[in-house]
Amino acid sequence: MGNALDNHSFLDFAYQLYRTMKTNEISLVYEGEINQDITKTFTSLTERNLAKSEESNAVQRKVFNVMVECLQNISKHADSLSEDDQKERRGIVMVSKGEESYNIITGNVIKNSKVPGLRESLEQVNSLDKKGLSTLYKTQMREGKLSEKGGAGLGLIDIAKKTGSTLTYQFKEIDEELSFFILTSTIKRNK
Amino acid sequence: MEVINIQGTDDTPNVILDKDNGKFEISGRSLPEDVNMFYEPIMNWIDGYSEGPNGETEFHFKLEYFNTASSKIILDILLKFEEIVEDGHDVRIKWHYHEEEEDMLEAGEEYADIVEIPFDYEPYTD
Repeated sequence: MGNALDNHSFLDFAYQLYRTMKTNEISLVYEGEINQDITKTFTSLTERNLAKSEESNAVQRKVFNVMVECLQNISKHADSLSEDDQKERRGIVMVSKGEESYNIITGNVIKNSKVPGLRESLEQVNSLDKKGLSTLYKTQMREGKLSEKGGAGLGLIDIAKKTGSTLTYQFKEIDEELSFFILTSTIKRNK
Repeated sequence: MEVINIQGTDDTPNVILDKDNGKFEISGRSLPEDVNMFYEPIMNWIDGYSEGPNGETEFHFKLEYFNTASSKIILDILLKFEEIVEDGHDVRIKWHYHEEEEDMLEAGEEYADIVEIPFDYEPYTD
């Protein structure tokens, strides 16, 4: 009996999820491992969907750009909930389309020890205008070294530069060791 | 010198480096998982080229998209060509961009700000 009820409420949940996704025009929701193959799959999926829409090339390209940077950030930097699967980088990804903009929302686990540094980078990026971001990008390209993971510390600057919007973010503390980092990037449509 | 001719994929660019025929081009998309691994043979080739470059080099970038890790490597490539300029050889960068892609034009202008090599911007349409 209990089982049947659970099944029923799960179907309800699935329908509610479907409705919510429809209302908010969410075209993609994912939770799981994020690696290069997943990145390629999502970006080409999004690219195909956008190509069918009437969105301008410039907006399509920006959405593609931002997705790549967000996903590669996770595949390079995400920490893990348990000690034993340090290799697997997981996260959530959501893409939604509103009247005026596309939102790309990503979330991943991060060690609390890394939070202040990341927060500082985000605040710096958000404090700069287009010209300031361009200068910072150039400096970082010149002086920064590619890390072992192939990161250049340029992703967030690039997202802010291309979207022209401030980055919305939050850190939700999970426990003494870990937090959940949520980042929303907004790409204005047909501005 | 050997010729490098790499066919592009979903996440790596087409690369042609052909000294004898004076063809130097990187085009398509660049978002490889491991940029260092992909670009290593290209960097080595350019190191070899810089020891005896052509009197004039026209290097074409016709990228539709590159990720930030690639942007750093592209700067490294340009810096190698800057040294070739400093050694007294002519180098021009032909920076192609889709006429609707202002971001790609700006990316070229940012590189031109950093390196001492003449840039020409070449818009193209679909």
